[in-house]
Amino acid sequence: MGFGAVLLELNGYQGMDVINVMIIGVFQDFRSITEILLKSIPLILIGAGLCVAFRCNMWNIGAEGQLYAGAVAATLVGVSFPGLTSWIYVPLVLIAGALGGAFWGGIAGYLKVRFQASEIVTTIMLNYIALIATSWLVTGPMKDTKAAYPQSARLLREAWVPDLISGARLHIGILIAIALALVLYVYLYRSSAGYAVRVVGINPHAARYAGMNTGRNMMIAICISGGMAGLAGAFEIAGVTHRLYQNISPGYGFEGIAVALLAGNNPMYAIFSGGLFAVLRSGSELMQISSQVPQVLVSIIQGIVILSVVTFGALRFFSRRRG
Amino acid sequence: MLDFITIGFLATLVGAAWRLATPLIFTSIGEVISERAGVLNIGLEGTMLMGAFCGFAATFASGSILLGLGSGIVAGMAFGLIFAFFTITVKANQIVVGAAINLLGMGLTAFLFRTYYVSTGRGVDIAPPIAIPYLSDIPFLGEALFRQNMIVYSTILVTLLAAVLLYRTSFGLTLRAVGDHPKAVDVAGRSVAAYRYGAVLIGTGLAGLGGAFLTLGHSNQFVEGITSGRGFIALAVVVFARWSPTGAFFVSLMFGLFYALQLQLQAQPMLNIPYQVFQALPYVMTVIALVMVGGKNASPRKLGIAYDGR
Amino acid sequence: MTDDKPMNSPYLLQMKEIYKSFGPVTVSAGVTLEVKPGEIHALLGENGAGKSVLMSILCGILKPDSGSIHYKGAPLNIGSPREAIRHGIGMVHQHFMLVPNLTVAENYVLGQGTPLRLINDMKAVHQRITALSDRYGLDVRPDAVIEDLSVGEQQRVEILKVLFHGTDLLILDEPTAVLTPQETDRLLDLMRDLVADGKTVIFISHKLDEVMRVSDQISVMRDFKVVHTTAVTDTNPRELARLMVGRDVLMELPRGSANPGQVVLSVDGLSCRNDLGLPALKGVSFSVKAGEIVGIAGVSGNGQTELSLAISGLLPIDAGKVSLEGKDITGLSPAEINQLSFAHVPEDRHKMGVLLPFTLAENAILHRYNQSPFAKKGLLQRGVTASFARDLIKRFRVKTPDEEEFLANLSGGNQQKLVVARELARDPNFILVSQLTRGIDIGAIEFILQEMLKQRDAGRAILLISTELEELFTVCDRILVMFHGEILGEVPADRSRLEEVGLMMAGQRSAPAAAMEPALT
Repeated sequence: MGFGAVLLELNGYQGMDVINVMIIGVFQDFRSITEILLKSIPLILIGAGLCVAFRCNMWNIGAEGQLYAGAVAATLVGVSFPGLTSWIYVPLVLIAGALGGAFWGGIAGYLKVRFQASEIVTTIMLNYIALIATSWLVTGPMKDTKAAYPQSARLLREAWVPDLISGARLHIGILIAIALALVLYVYLYRSSAGYAVRVVGINPHAARYAGMNTGRNMMIAICISGGMAGLAGAFEIAGVTHRLYQNISPGYGFEGIAVALLAGNNPMYAIFSGGLFAVLRSGSELMQISSQVPQVLVSIIQGIVILSVVTFGALRFFSRRRG
Repeated sequence: MLDFITIGFLATLVGAAWRLATPLIFTSIGEVISERAGVLNIGLEGTMLMGAFCGFAATFASGSILLGLGSGIVAGMAFGLIFAFFTITVKANQIVVGAAINLLGMGLTAFLFRTYYVSTGRGVDIAPPIAIPYLSDIPFLGEALFRQNMIVYSTILVTLLAAVLLYRTSFGLTLRAVGDHPKAVDVAGRSVAAYRYGAVLIGTGLAGLGGAFLTLGHSNQFVEGITSGRGFIALAVVVFARWSPTGAFFVSLMFGLFYALQLQLQAQPMLNIPYQVFQALPYVMTVIALVMVGGKNASPRKLGIAYDGR
Repeated sequence: MTDDKPMNSPYLLQMKEIYKSFGPVTVSAGVTLEVKPGEIHALLGENGAGKSVLMSILCGILKPDSGSIHYKGAPLNIGSPREAIRHGIGMVHQHFMLVPNLTVAENYVLGQGTPLRLINDMKAVHQRITALSDRYGLDVRPDAVIEDLSVGEQQRVEILKVLFHGTDLLILDEPTAVLTPQETDRLLDLMRDLVADGKTVIFISHKLDEVMRVSDQISVMRDFKVVHTTAVTDTNPRELARLMVGRDVLMELPRGSANPGQVVLSVDGLSCRNDLGLPALKGVSFSVKAGEIVGIAGVSGNGQTELSLAISGLLPIDAGKVSLEGKDITGLSPAEINQLSFAHVPEDRHKMGVLLPFTLAENAILHRYNQSPFAKKGLLQRGVTASFARDLIKRFRVKTPDEEEFLANLSGGNQQKLVVARELARDPNFILVSQLTRGIDIGAIEFILQEMLKQRDAGRAILLISTELEELFTVCDRILVMFHGEILGEVPADRSRLEEVGLMMAGQRSAPAAAMEPALT
């Protein structure tokens, strides 16, 4: 925060004022708090999912692309089945999103397991491919012919995720995100399947010795993280925008890496670190409006947060990661 | 339908490929040096952006392209210093720090650009093409290949220098050893940390130069995210080139060809293929290339692993 | 550093009152070591007695907290390994300091010269290496790439490297650990040659017989101190052993004769390749019966690793058959083999046997993390696991505060005790044990070997793979010798047959008399 203020001052902004506006502003009323919670949904989902992948030593940098894959899948389902009731349709859309993301992550997982292709590079490439594919879909096959802008048709009403509180954009996804983060915590630390995932991450030789299938566990881990990112995409579509656009994510997939890291790769803590990053994001949007400070400041702050975590939190975090 | 494929078309394609490969050549050769020393820097994208922005800013202010290129290199190295401090001194995970560097690079350049330059809308004069006597007179090919600017030509020099440095100097010998068996270097009385700092600084300096080329030798403007993934593709080039500088040169050229093909084919309206197919081509090719060369066979044994004296 | 200058000192090297600690852990507690020029000075002690740390201080790799070092009559203040090399102090490390992807000559010039000068005098370097190699009969080719060389060859390359750097004082750290008895003889001869040539040698070892054979002076280290220094002529192995461990060592463990029963493990014509795709096992056949311990001797790298991996399903089998209690287990997955009455103590604890960042309790259920009673309905049963781990800790006297301690914080011996305890708790009829005592202290070795004998007497079939002949002769009933992926012969575990085993380890088939002897089958 201090660094942010200094940076602002140096560039001719009223540093402390801006920061004050940001901190007070984001909590000023009920509506802004619901907006923060809304933004925290994808961050918690992606962050918690990445905790599982990172614990398995799968460096999934591709949550952004997996989010888009999920969003596309959710849109396809969400526009196609008129006549379904919400009780069936909404879960269907969300599951489609999760499967889409899991599939996109699974590609990188398969290439890693089968061909030892570095998942770091393949997930990054798959990000670009997903973004380009989305841009093609909304300008071509999925384009809403009635609209001037490249966007898909609107999701059917019955496919919309219900709001949590009427009048605010906040939807029930926040409850599901928190619940899933807790489920993943139990999975990772209290279940035998999660035990296997962690053993594979720490020492694949020991995992094979213990009779675990390393490749399958790596696939599971990256598919879980991809599925969570895909779910985040589905919530953005079915809960917020109700249409597919070219730029539905302002980089939630990359931010999720910072969320997982700040959480020490523990899905439970991802709830809090996801919330914190949502506050930062809301604050920087506010800054842009009130002080014309470019909103991109948020990614600078994220970079600094990561560096701080690796410096001050590195000991605990990496002593658990390294064999 | 394919009658646009003429000799002129092909020659232009090759010339454009070299030009488009130039930022990749610099960056991937830098990363070869860094990875040979055992340091995997996924922060190249952010580093290139810094080079692109600072190069642009310096030339914008001074009018000198050389000064701009120098600033690009220095900006890259400044980010390299941050990366090196956290990965080598603090011994934090290289992937994590690289991700942070990318966020910093994207955020900082966009922030500064929006604050100072976006409203000016003016660009800089880019490096002028230099025709090489005689060679540039070769029909078709000479026209396309040997009327480039000096930055494009310098890729050959950089490639040769990097190869000599790596394979013919004591520094290079030690560097290669640092990535494979750092303890042996330590015991031989050289500082592993110093060599890794050196390798990272060379690598990020070249990435900064690659970025600066984008604003000073290619486009005449800075645009947010102007690198559009080249920093990441450079990582794939290094794997594909099996950690060799000359290999990186040729693999980069191949990727340059993809870019050129994409631009050329986009300009062919009679082809009824969505332009996104060509956009995605380099990324798809990278994935295929990675699958083909597989994983770790030729990679430095201690790549990505901090040296803790053991 | 004190600056009293012992003029005309009879010593080449004097290290006085050297203290060193890492945080709360003391690794050098006031060591004093004096070495005369032209002698072979053995530094004898158990693993973890502080020998390597002391030598790392001498070589400038570690800085002492206090104490003084005098070398050639002058105070020595070494700040870096390079300075040590310049002073003519060179060390051959236990884990070789050779870069695998470089040539011998490149390794020798590593770290020398001005960094940015072009390398153009490699020809001269090659000539010097060849000349030195010929002089000591070391058979080192300067253009060989390290990763293509065998372990024995690499060690010769390491020794020659030190000589190449113009060393007067050579430090050899556990040099015989990876050698055959014959290669060891050759090395001990070389040490004599070096001393005859005016060099001084510090020989770090925990092997009494070698130290007795070659040294002039012996310093015994225990608990991070030199506890005794003596001329070799004034001592005997028994005294040295007592000094090493601080009490009498049981060289012979009490045991009754074996009472072999039914065949439990049978291996028939087993062939497989190593991870580089080269043939590692070439038609190996043998069997292990209930109530006996069968040893596999051999220099490491002769197929023992692959044998243990193939039996436990971790390496694909090309040909042949493995049966456990009459059931064909060839080609079963590790998970399937884990379901059988089978236990495996792997050769490399850290690589395979344990998870250092996990707690003892988490490590205790490595094979049974998804089996009742440790898991129910997919959830880990932490209470059951904890009491199980506490039980193992108690029965095997593992030194730890509690079962929630991270394994990384335990000593090697205690880690290995936990592995053995965990494996025996699977109540197996067949136990596969690899390099059981590698890198652990004598107290733990004794305890674990006794436990193996108890298992034998309880009717278990045990296959014990080891490079330590002492360990094999102490507990085995019969010993098979592996060489280049084959079993060269079998001898009863009688110490009088030691020489024979040594010859087979070097690739010579056993004498006809021994081969014809019916070997307990």
